Amino acid sequence: MLKIRNYIKVKSVAEAYELNQKKTACVLGGMVWLKMGNRNVSTAIDLSGLGLDTISETEEEFVIGCMTSLRDLEVNPALDAFSHGAVRESLRHIVGVQFRNCATVGGSIYGRYGFSDVLTMFLAMDTWVELYQGGIIPLAEFASMKKDRDILVNIIVKKTPVFCSYISQRNSETDFPVLTCAASLIGEDAVTVIGARPGRAMIVEDTRGIMKGFKKMTKKQREAAIRSFAEYAAQKVPVGGNMRASAEYRKLLVKVLTRRAWEAVGGMKNEY
Amino acid sequence: MNISFWLNGVCVSGEAEPDTLLLDFLRQKGCYSVKRGCETANCGLCTVLMDGKPVLSCSVLAVRAEGHKIITLEGMQKEAEEFGSFLADEGAEQCGFCNPGFIMNVFAMLKEIPDPTEEEIREYLSGNLCRCSGFVGQTRSILKFLQYKKAQKEGEE
Ligand SMILES: Cc1cc2nc3c(=O)[nH]c(=O)nc-3n(C[C@H](O)[C@H](O)[C@H](O)COP(=O)(O)OP(=O)(O)OC[C@H]3O[C@@H](n4cnc5c(N)ncnc54)[C@H](O)[C@@H]3O)c2cc1C
Ligand code: FES
Ligand code: FES
Repeated sequence: MLKIRNYIKVKSVAEAYELNQKKTACVLGGMVWLKMGNRNVSTAIDLSGLGLDTISETEEEFVIGCMTSLRDLEVNPALDAFSHGAVRESLRHIVGVQFRNCATVGGSIYGRYGFSDVLTMFLAMDTWVELYQGGIIPLAEFASMKKDRDILVNIIVKKTPVFCSYISQRNSETDFPVLTCAASLIGEDAVTVIGARPGRAMIVEDTRGIMKGFKKMTKKQREAAIRSFAEYAAQKVPVGGNMRASAEYRKLLVKVLTRRAWEAVGGMKNEY
Repeated sequence: MNISFWLNGVCVSGEAEPDTLLLDFLRQKGCYSVKRGCETANCGLCTVLMDGKPVLSCSVLAVRAEGHKIITLEGMQKEAEEFGSFLADEGAEQCGFCNPGFIMNVFAMLKEIPDPTEEEIREYLSGNLCRCSGFVGQTRSILKFLQYKKAQKEGEE
Protein backbone atom coordinates (compact mmCIF):
# COMPACT_ATOMS: atom_id res chain seq x y z
CA MET A 1 0.00 0.00 0.00
CA LEU A 2 1.00 3.55 -0.62
CA LYS A 3 1.47 5.39 2.65
CA ILE A 4 1.46 9.17 2.79
CA ARG A 5 2.29 11.19 5.88
CA ASN A 6 1.73 14.68 4.50
CA TYR A 7 -0.28 15.97 1.59
CA ILE A 8 0.40 19.40 0.11
CA LYS A 9 -1.46 21.01 -2.75
CA VAL A 10 1.23 23.36 -3.95
CA LYS A 11 0.72 26.97 -5.03
CA SER A 12 3.55 27.01 -7.58
CA VAL A 13 5.85 24.71 -9.51
CA ALA A 14 8.75 26.27 -7.58
CA GLU A 15 7.21 25.12 -4.31
CA ALA A 16 6.73 21.63 -5.77
CA TYR A 17 10.36 21.52 -6.84
CA GLU A 18 11.60 22.60 -3.40
CA LEU A 19 9.49 19.97 -1.64
CA ASN A 20 10.50 17.28 -4.12
CA GLN A 21 14.20 17.62 -3.33
CA LYS A 22 13.66 15.39 -0.32
CA LYS A 23 14.16 11.76 -1.29
CA THR A 24 11.05 10.58 0.53
CA ALA A 25 8.80 13.19 -1.11
CA CYS A 26 6.79 12.29 -4.17
CA VAL A 27 4.92 14.15 -6.91
CA LEU A 28 1.41 12.84 -7.54
CA GLY A 29 0.20 12.45 -11.08
CA GLY A 30 -3.04 10.55 -11.40
CA MET A 31 -1.69 8.14 -8.78
CA VAL A 32 -2.87 5.07 -10.65
CA TRP A 33 0.64 3.68 -10.91
CA LEU A 34 1.87 4.99 -7.58
CA LYS A 35 -0.94 3.45 -5.58
CA MET A 36 0.13 -0.03 -6.67
CA GLY A 37 3.51 0.37 -4.99
CA ASN A 38 4.49 0.08 -1.35
CA ARG A 39 6.13 3.41 -0.83
CA ASN A 40 6.29 5.39 2.36
CA VAL A 41 5.92 8.96 1.21
CA SER A 42 6.78 11.78 3.60
CA THR A 43 5.20 14.52 1.50
CA ALA A 44 2.85 13.93 -1.40
CA ILE A 45 3.03 16.89 -3.75
CA ASP A 46 -0.19 17.65 -5.58
CA LEU A 47 0.12 19.77 -8.72
CA SER A 48 -3.60 19.78 -9.43
CA GLY A 49 -4.16 23.37 -8.32
CA LEU A 50 -1.82 24.89 -10.91
CA GLY A 51 -4.01 24.77 -14.00
CA LEU A 52 -1.63 22.30 -15.61
CA ASP A 53 -4.45 20.05 -16.78
CA THR A 54 -5.15 21.66 -20.12
CA ILE A 55 -4.05 21.41 -23.74
CA SER A 56 -3.39 24.73 -25.43
CA GLU A 57 -2.56 25.31 -29.04
CA THR A 58 -0.71 28.04 -30.90
CA GLU A 59 0.34 28.34 -34.54
CA GLU A 60 3.58 26.50 -33.78
CA GLU A 61 2.83 23.99 -31.08
CA PHE A 62 0.58 22.14 -28.66
CA VAL A 63 1.38 22.71 -25.00
CA ILE A 64 0.04 19.87 -22.88
CA GLY A 65 0.07 20.39 -19.11
CA CYS A 66 1.52 17.49 -17.12
CA MET A 67 -1.76 16.95 -15.24
CA THR A 68 -3.79 16.51 -18.42
CA SER A 69 -5.59 13.17 -18.23
CA LEU A 70 -4.98 10.51 -20.86
CA ARG A 71 -8.69 10.68 -21.66
CA ASP A 72 -8.55 14.44 -22.36
CA LEU A 73 -5.63 13.77 -24.73
CA GLU A 74 -7.56 11.00 -26.43
CA VAL A 75 -10.66 13.05 -27.14
CA ASN A 76 -8.89 16.29 -28.08
CA PRO A 77 -10.06 16.99 -31.66
CA ALA A 78 -7.04 19.11 -32.61
CA LEU A 79 -4.50 16.48 -31.56
CA ASP A 80 -6.56 13.80 -33.20
CA ALA A 81 -6.59 15.66 -36.52
CA PHE A 82 -2.92 16.59 -36.23
CA SER A 83 -1.83 13.00 -35.58
CA HIS A 84 -4.25 11.43 -38.10
CA GLY A 85 -5.92 9.53 -35.30
CA ALA A 86 -2.67 8.01 -34.01
CA VAL A 87 -2.79 9.69 -30.58
CA ARG A 88 -6.29 8.38 -29.98
CA GLU A 89 -5.33 4.91 -31.18
CA SER A 90 -2.34 4.83 -28.82
CA LEU A 91 -4.51 5.61 -25.80
CA ARG A 92 -7.85 3.93 -26.29
CA HIS A 93 -6.65 0.44 -25.34
CA ILE A 94 -5.24 1.52 -21.99
CA VAL A 95 -7.41 -0.20 -19.36
CA GLY A 96 -10.65 1.80 -19.54
CA VAL A 97 -12.21 5.24 -19.71
CA GLN A 98 -12.35 5.63 -15.92
CA PHE A 99 -8.69 4.74 -15.70
CA ARG A 100 -7.74 7.21 -18.42
CA ASN A 101 -9.70 9.95 -16.66
CA CYS A 102 -7.32 9.43 -13.73
CA ALA A 103 -3.92 8.70 -15.31
CA THR A 104 -2.00 11.79 -16.39
CA VAL A 105 0.30 12.40 -19.32
CA GLY A 106 2.92 13.80 -16.90
CA GLY A 107 3.01 10.59 -14.85
CA SER A 108 3.07 8.52 -18.03
CA ILE A 109 6.00 10.35 -19.61
CA TYR A 110 7.92 10.92 -16.39
CA GLY A 111 7.66 7.22 -15.53
CA ARG A 112 9.32 6.22 -18.85
CA TYR A 113 7.72 2.82 -18.49
CA GLY A 114 8.93 0.10 -20.80
CA PHE A 115 5.39 -0.87 -21.76
CA SER A 116 4.30 2.69 -22.44
CA ASP A 117 2.00 3.33 -25.37
CA VAL A 118 2.19 7.00 -24.43
CA LEU A 119 5.97 7.24 -24.69
CA THR A 120 5.96 5.33 -27.99
CA MET A 121 3.41 7.72 -29.46
CA PHE A 122 5.01 10.96 -28.34
CA LEU A 123 8.43 9.85 -29.59
CA ALA A 124 6.85 9.65 -33.04
CA MET A 125 6.13 13.39 -33.09
CA ASP A 126 8.37 16.42 -32.71
CA THR A 127 7.96 16.34 -28.93
CA TRP A 128 9.79 18.26 -26.21
CA VAL A 129 9.44 18.21 -22.46
CA GLU A 130 9.56 21.26 -20.25
CA LEU A 131 11.26 20.56 -16.94
CA TYR A 132 11.26 23.10 -14.12
CA GLN A 133 15.05 22.93 -13.63
CA GLY A 134 16.19 21.19 -16.78
CA GLY A 135 14.46 23.52 -19.23
CA ILE A 136 13.01 22.43 -22.54
CA ILE A 137 14.68 19.33 -24.01
CA PRO A 138 13.74 16.81 -26.71
CA LEU A 139 11.63 13.92 -25.46
CA ALA A 140 14.10 11.41 -26.93
CA GLU A 141 16.79 12.85 -24.66
CA PHE A 142 14.48 12.80 -21.64
CA ALA A 143 13.49 9.22 -22.37
CA SER A 144 17.05 8.03 -22.04
CA MET A 145 17.88 10.09 -18.95
CA LYS A 146 17.95 8.63 -15.47
CA LYS A 147 15.10 9.66 -13.19
CA ASP A 148 15.95 12.70 -11.10
CA ARG A 149 13.95 14.99 -8.80
CA ASP A 150 12.90 17.57 -11.38
CA ILE A 151 9.28 18.46 -12.13
CA LEU A 152 7.86 17.75 -15.56
CA VAL A 153 5.71 20.82 -16.27
CA ASN A 154 4.56 20.57 -19.88
CA ILE A 155 4.83 18.34 -22.91
CA ILE A 156 5.30 20.35 -26.06
CA VAL A 157 4.46 18.98 -29.49
CA LYS A 158 5.79 21.14 -32.33
CA LYS A 159 3.48 21.36 -35.26
CA THR A 160 6.02 20.01 -37.71
CA PRO A 161 3.56 18.17 -39.97
CA VAL A 162 3.37 14.47 -39.19
CA PHE A 163 1.84 11.58 -41.07
CA CYS A 164 1.62 8.97 -38.49
CA SER A 165 0.26 5.54 -37.70
CA TYR A 166 0.17 3.70 -34.39
CA ILE A 167 -0.27 -0.01 -33.75
CA SER A 168 -0.05 -2.10 -30.61
CA GLN A 169 -0.29 -5.82 -30.14
CA ARG A 170 -2.04 -7.08 -27.02
CA ASN A 171 -2.74 -10.60 -25.79
CA SER A 172 -6.13 -9.36 -24.72
CA GLU A 173 -7.88 -6.02 -24.98
CA THR A 174 -6.92 -3.53 -22.20
CA ASP A 175 -3.91 -5.58 -21.09
CA PHE A 176 -0.39 -4.15 -21.26
CA PRO A 177 0.91 -4.22 -24.83
CA VAL A 178 3.21 -6.99 -26.02
CA LEU A 179 4.74 -4.61 -28.53
CA THR A 180 4.03 -1.06 -29.65
CA CYS A 181 4.96 0.56 -32.94
CA ALA A 182 4.59 4.04 -34.34
CA ALA A 183 5.61 5.01 -37.87
CA SER A 184 5.79 8.66 -38.65
CA LEU A 185 6.90 11.09 -41.29
CA ILE A 186 7.97 14.12 -39.31
CA GLY A 187 8.48 16.67 -42.04
CA GLU A 188 10.75 14.75 -44.44
CA ASP A 189 12.12 12.39 -41.80
CA ALA A 190 10.85 8.85 -41.52
CA VAL A 191 10.80 7.93 -37.83
CA THR A 192 9.98 4.47 -36.47
CA VAL A 193 9.45 3.89 -32.76
CA ILE A 194 9.21 0.48 -31.08
CA GLY A 195 8.15 0.08 -27.46
CA ALA A 196 7.18 -2.60 -24.96
CA ARG A 197 10.17 -4.60 -26.25
CA PRO A 198 9.57 -5.01 -23.22
CA GLY A 199 12.21 -2.34 -22.61
CA ARG A 200 11.63 1.37 -23.02
CA ALA A 201 10.43 2.68 -26.36
CA MET A 202 13.24 3.53 -28.76
CA ILE A 203 13.61 5.24 -32.11
CA VAL A 204 14.92 2.75 -34.66
CA GLU A 205 17.82 4.45 -36.31
CA ASP A 206 17.82 4.04 -40.04
CA THR A 207 21.60 3.91 -40.40
CA ARG A 208 21.36 2.49 -43.92
CA GLY A 209 18.98 5.22 -45.08
CA ILE A 210 16.45 2.66 -46.31
CA MET A 211 13.50 4.97 -45.69
CA LYS A 212 15.26 8.14 -46.83
CA GLY A 213 13.09 10.13 -49.22
CA PHE A 214 10.04 7.97 -48.47
CA LYS A 215 7.69 10.85 -49.10
CA LYS A 216 8.76 11.18 -52.72
CA MET A 217 8.97 7.47 -53.51
CA THR A 218 6.68 5.76 -56.01
CA LYS A 219 4.34 3.07 -54.76
CA LYS A 220 6.73 0.31 -55.88
CA GLN A 221 9.73 1.96 -54.26
CA ARG A 222 7.79 2.36 -51.05
CA GLU A 223 6.76 -1.26 -50.93
CA ALA A 224 10.36 -2.33 -51.36
CA ALA A 225 11.64 0.16 -48.78
CA ILE A 226 9.04 -0.89 -46.22
CA ARG A 227 9.81 -4.58 -46.70
CA SER A 228 13.49 -4.07 -46.34
CA PHE A 229 13.18 -1.68 -43.40
CA ALA A 230 10.87 -4.07 -41.54
CA GLU A 231 13.51 -6.82 -41.90
CA TYR A 232 16.20 -4.42 -40.78
CA ALA A 233 14.17 -3.30 -37.72
CA ALA A 234 13.61 -6.91 -36.65
CA GLN A 235 17.38 -7.50 -36.77
CA LYS A 236 18.27 -4.25 -35.09
CA VAL A 237 15.75 -3.71 -32.26
CA PRO A 238 16.74 -5.43 -29.01
CA VAL A 239 13.82 -7.44 -27.67
CA GLY A 240 13.38 -9.67 -24.66
CA GLY A 241 10.97 -12.20 -23.24
CA ASN A 242 8.66 -11.84 -20.25
CA MET A 243 5.41 -13.32 -18.98
CA ARG A 244 3.50 -11.81 -21.92
CA ALA A 245 5.62 -12.97 -24.83
CA SER A 246 8.95 -14.51 -25.77
CA ALA A 247 11.78 -12.64 -27.44
CA GLU A 248 11.27 -14.70 -30.62
CA TYR A 249 7.64 -13.66 -30.83
CA ARG A 250 8.50 -10.01 -30.26
CA LYS A 251 11.12 -10.14 -32.99
CA LEU A 252 8.46 -11.31 -35.42
CA LEU A 253 6.12 -8.63 -34.20
CA VAL A 254 8.70 -5.91 -34.77
CA LYS A 255 8.81 -6.90 -38.41
CA VAL A 256 5.07 -7.22 -38.90
CA LEU A 257 4.02 -4.10 -37.00
CA THR A 258 6.72 -1.98 -38.62
CA ARG A 259 5.53 -3.09 -42.03
CA ARG A 260 1.86 -2.50 -41.25
CA ALA A 261 2.41 0.88 -39.65
CA TRP A 262 4.45 2.10 -42.63
CA GLU A 263 1.95 0.71 -45.10
CA ALA A 264 -0.69 2.81 -43.33
CA VAL A 265 1.47 5.93 -43.57
CA GLY A 266 2.23 5.15 -47.22
CA GLY A 267 -1.49 4.95 -47.88
CA MET A 268 -1.93 8.52 -46.69
CA LYS A 269 -0.13 9.67 -49.80
CA ASN A 270 -2.97 11.82 -51.07
CA GLU A 271 -2.71 13.92 -47.95
CA TYR A 272 0.91 14.96 -48.37
CA MET B 1 -7.32 16.63 7.32
CA ASN B 2 -10.83 17.98 7.14
CA ILE B 3 -12.38 17.72 3.71
CA SER B 4 -15.73 18.62 2.28
CA PHE B 5 -17.30 17.94 -1.08
CA TRP B 6 -20.67 17.34 -2.71
CA LEU B 7 -21.80 13.76 -2.40
CA ASN B 8 -24.93 12.93 -4.38
CA GLY B 9 -26.00 16.54 -4.21
CA VAL B 10 -25.44 16.98 -0.49
CA CYS B 11 -22.44 18.72 1.03
CA VAL B 12 -20.56 16.30 3.27
CA SER B 13 -17.45 16.77 5.34
CA GLY B 14 -15.25 14.61 7.46
CA GLU B 15 -11.75 13.71 8.55
CA ALA B 16 -9.53 11.89 6.08
CA GLU B 17 -5.91 10.79 6.41
CA PRO B 18 -3.58 12.06 3.68
CA ASP B 19 -3.56 8.55 2.19
CA THR B 20 -7.24 7.69 2.59
CA LEU B 21 -8.60 6.62 -0.78
CA LEU B 22 -11.86 8.08 -1.98
CA LEU B 23 -13.32 4.57 -2.14
CA ASP B 24 -12.83 3.99 1.58
CA PHE B 25 -14.04 7.47 2.47
CA LEU B 26 -17.24 6.99 0.47
CA ARG B 27 -17.93 3.70 2.21
CA GLN B 28 -17.41 5.41 5.57
CA LYS B 29 -20.09 7.84 4.44
CA GLY B 30 -22.46 4.94 3.84
CA CYS B 31 -22.07 4.50 0.09
CA TYR B 32 -21.73 0.73 0.13
CA SER B 33 -22.34 0.40 -3.60
CA VAL B 34 -18.73 1.55 -4.03
CA LYS B 35 -16.60 -1.56 -3.82
CA ARG B 36 -13.07 -2.76 -4.43
CA GLY B 37 -12.75 -5.57 -6.93
CA CYS B 38 -9.01 -5.50 -7.56
CA GLU B 39 -5.70 -4.12 -6.40
CA THR B 40 -4.52 -2.99 -9.81
CA ALA B 41 -6.91 -0.28 -11.06
CA ASN B 42 -8.22 -2.73 -13.61
CA CYS B 43 -11.76 -3.82 -12.76
CA GLY B 44 -13.84 -0.64 -12.77
CA LEU B 45 -16.03 -1.80 -9.89
CA CYS B 46 -15.13 1.29 -7.84
CA THR B 47 -16.30 3.73 -10.55
CA VAL B 48 -17.93 6.96 -9.36
CA LEU B 49 -18.57 10.20 -11.18
CA MET B 50 -16.35 13.15 -10.30
CA ASP B 51 -17.67 16.38 -11.79
CA GLY B 52 -19.61 14.23 -14.23
CA LYS B 53 -16.65 12.10 -15.36
CA PRO B 54 -16.21 8.45 -14.42
CA VAL B 55 -13.11 7.86 -12.27
CA LEU B 56 -11.70 4.96 -10.27
CA SER B 57 -12.33 5.82 -6.62
CA CYS B 58 -9.72 3.21 -5.64
CA SER B 59 -7.04 5.40 -7.21
CA VAL B 60 -8.13 8.88 -6.13
CA LEU B 61 -7.11 10.32 -2.77
CA ALA B 62 -10.07 11.42 -0.67
CA VAL B 63 -8.38 14.79 -0.11
CA ARG B 64 -8.43 15.34 -3.87
CA ALA B 65 -12.24 15.28 -3.81
CA GLU B 66 -12.21 18.55 -1.85
CA GLY B 67 -14.76 20.92 -3.37
CA HIS B 68 -15.74 18.52 -6.16
CA LYS B 69 -19.03 16.86 -7.01
CA ILE B 70 -19.12 13.10 -6.48
CA ILE B 71 -21.99 10.89 -7.58
CA THR B 72 -22.31 7.23 -6.57
CA LEU B 73 -24.98 4.69 -7.42
CA GLU B 74 -26.83 5.76 -4.24
CA GLY B 75 -27.41 9.09 -5.95
CA MET B 76 -28.87 7.52 -9.08
CA GLN B 77 -31.41 5.10 -7.66
CA LYS B 78 -34.25 5.95 -10.01
CA GLU B 79 -32.17 5.74 -13.17
CA ALA B 80 -30.45 2.61 -11.91
CA GLU B 81 -33.74 0.87 -11.25
CA GLU B 82 -34.99 1.65 -14.71
CA PHE B 83 -31.86 0.37 -16.42
CA GLY B 84 -31.49 -2.48 -13.93
CA SER B 85 -34.72 -4.05 -15.14
CA PHE B 86 -33.26 -4.25 -18.65
CA LEU B 87 -30.17 -5.98 -17.28
CA ALA B 88 -32.37 -8.47 -15.45
CA ASP B 89 -34.56 -9.10 -18.50
CA GLU B 90 -31.53 -10.04 -20.57
CA GLY B 91 -30.20 -12.29 -17.84
CA ALA B 92 -27.06 -10.18 -17.83
CA GLU B 93 -26.68 -10.32 -14.09
CA GLN B 94 -25.20 -13.43 -12.60
CA CYS B 95 -23.65 -12.73 -9.19
CA GLY B 96 -24.19 -9.00 -9.65
CA PHE B 97 -20.88 -8.02 -8.09
CA CYS B 98 -19.75 -5.94 -11.07
CA ASN B 99 -23.07 -4.18 -11.31
CA PRO B 100 -22.55 -0.85 -9.45
CA GLY B 101 -19.40 0.16 -11.33
CA PHE B 102 -20.87 -1.02 -14.58
CA ILE B 103 -24.08 0.98 -14.20
CA MET B 104 -22.15 4.13 -13.24
CA ASN B 105 -20.04 3.81 -16.36
CA VAL B 106 -23.07 3.16 -18.55
CA PHE B 107 -24.56 6.45 -17.37
CA ALA B 108 -21.26 8.24 -17.94
CA MET B 109 -21.17 6.82 -21.46
CA LEU B 110 -24.72 7.88 -22.29
CA LYS B 111 -23.92 11.41 -21.16
CA GLU B 112 -20.91 11.54 -23.48
CA ILE B 113 -22.35 9.52 -26.37
CA PRO B 114 -26.16 9.71 -26.37
CA ASP B 115 -26.61 7.17 -29.15
CA PRO B 116 -23.64 4.81 -29.08
CA THR B 117 -23.03 2.04 -31.59
CA GLU B 118 -22.31 -1.48 -30.35
CA GLU B 119 -18.63 -0.91 -31.06
CA GLU B 120 -18.63 2.32 -29.03
CA ILE B 121 -20.40 0.58 -26.17
CA ARG B 122 -17.75 -2.14 -26.07
CA GLU B 123 -14.94 0.38 -26.14
CA TYR B 124 -16.40 2.63 -23.46
CA LEU B 125 -17.16 -0.24 -21.11
CA SER B 126 -14.00 -2.26 -21.65
CA GLY B 127 -12.66 -1.06 -18.29
CA ASN B 128 -15.46 -2.81 -16.42
CA LEU B 129 -14.72 -6.45 -15.81
CA CYS B 130 -17.41 -9.03 -15.22
CA ARG B 131 -16.22 -12.31 -13.85
CA CYS B 132 -19.37 -14.23 -14.65
CA SER B 133 -20.18 -13.28 -18.21
CA GLY B 134 -18.87 -12.24 -21.57
CA PHE B 135 -20.79 -8.97 -21.67
CA VAL B 136 -23.11 -10.13 -24.42
CA GLY B 137 -26.19 -9.80 -22.21
CA GLN B 138 -25.03 -6.44 -20.89
CA THR B 139 -24.53 -5.07 -24.39
CA ARG B 140 -27.95 -6.34 -25.43
CA SER B 141 -29.55 -4.72 -22.42
CA ILE B 142 -27.98 -1.35 -23.22
CA LEU B 143 -29.16 -1.50 -26.82
CA LYS B 144 -32.71 -2.39 -25.69
CA PHE B 145 -32.64 0.33 -23.05
CA LEU B 146 -31.64 2.85 -25.72
CA GLN B 147 -34.48 1.71 -27.99
CA TYR B 148 -36.92 2.06 -25.11
CA LYS B 149 -35.64 5.56 -24.32
CA LYS B 150 -35.95 6.56 -27.95
CA ALA B 151 -39.51 5.27 -28.20
CA GLN B 152 -40.35 7.05 -24.96
CA LYS B 153 -38.99 10.30 -26.34
CA GLU B 154 -40.82 9.95 -29.62
CA GLY B 155 -44.04 9.28 -27.68
CA GLU B 156 -43.61 12.56 -25.86
CA GLU B 157 -43.10 14.54 -29.05
C1 LIG C 1 -3.04 -1.60 -14.22
C2 LIG C 1 -2.33 -0.62 -15.11
C3 LIG C 1 -2.30 -0.84 -16.48
C4 LIG C 1 -1.64 0.03 -17.33
N1 LIG C 1 -1.64 -0.22 -18.68
C5 LIG C 1 -0.98 0.62 -19.51
C6 LIG C 1 -0.93 0.39 -20.91
O1 LIG C 1 -1.48 -0.58 -21.43
N2 LIG C 1 -0.27 1.28 -21.70
C7 LIG C 1 0.36 2.38 -21.17
O2 LIG C 1 0.93 3.16 -21.92
N3 LIG C 1 0.31 2.63 -19.85
C8 LIG C 1 -0.33 1.78 -19.01
N4 LIG C 1 -0.32 2.04 -17.65
C9 LIG C 1 0.38 3.23 -17.16
C10 LIG C 1 -0.56 4.40 -17.07
O3 LIG C 1 -1.06 4.71 -18.35
C11 LIG C 1 0.15 5.65 -16.55
O4 LIG C 1 1.22 5.94 -17.37
C12 LIG C 1 0.65 5.49 -15.15
O5 LIG C 1 -0.44 5.14 -14.34
C13 LIG C 1 1.30 6.75 -14.62
O6 LIG C 1 0.43 7.83 -14.68
P1 LIG C 1 -0.19 8.50 -13.35
O7 LIG C 1 -0.79 9.78 -13.75
O8 LIG C 1 -1.03 7.52 -12.67
O9 LIG C 1 1.13 8.79 -12.52
P2 LIG C 1 1.48 8.49 -10.99
O10 LIG C 1 1.25 7.08 -10.65
O11 LIG C 1 0.82 9.50 -10.14
O12 LIG C 1 3.03 8.82 -11.04
C14 LIG C 1 3.95 8.03 -11.72
C15 LIG C 1 5.37 8.53 -11.44
O13 LIG C 1 5.58 9.78 -12.06
C16 LIG C 1 5.92 10.78 -11.11
N5 LIG C 1 5.29 12.01 -11.59
C17 LIG C 1 3.98 12.19 -11.93
N6 LIG C 1 3.79 13.42 -12.44
C18 LIG C 1 4.99 14.04 -12.42
C19 LIG C 1 5.45 15.34 -12.82
N7 LIG C 1 4.61 16.24 -13.36
N8 LIG C 1 6.75 15.65 -12.65
C20 LIG C 1 7.61 14.73 -12.12
N9 LIG C 1 7.25 13.50 -11.73
C21 LIG C 1 5.96 13.16 -11.87
C22 LIG C 1 5.42 10.25 -9.79
O14 LIG C 1 6.14 10.78 -8.71
C23 LIG C 1 5.64 8.76 -9.96
O15 LIG C 1 6.97 8.43 -9.71
C24 LIG C 1 -0.96 1.17 -16.78
C25 LIG C 1 -0.98 1.38 -15.40
C26 LIG C 1 -1.65 0.52 -14.56
C27 LIG C 1 -1.66 0.81 -13.10
S1 FES D 1 -11.16 -1.49 -7.41
FE1 FES D 1 -10.65 -2.37 -9.30
S2 FES D 1 -10.42 -0.61 -10.49
FE2 FES D 1 -10.84 0.27 -8.61
S1 FES E 1 -22.26 -10.74 -12.80
FE1 FES E 1 -20.75 -11.62 -11.54
S2 FES E 1 -19.09 -10.28 -11.87
FE2 FES E 1 -20.48 -9.57 -13.30
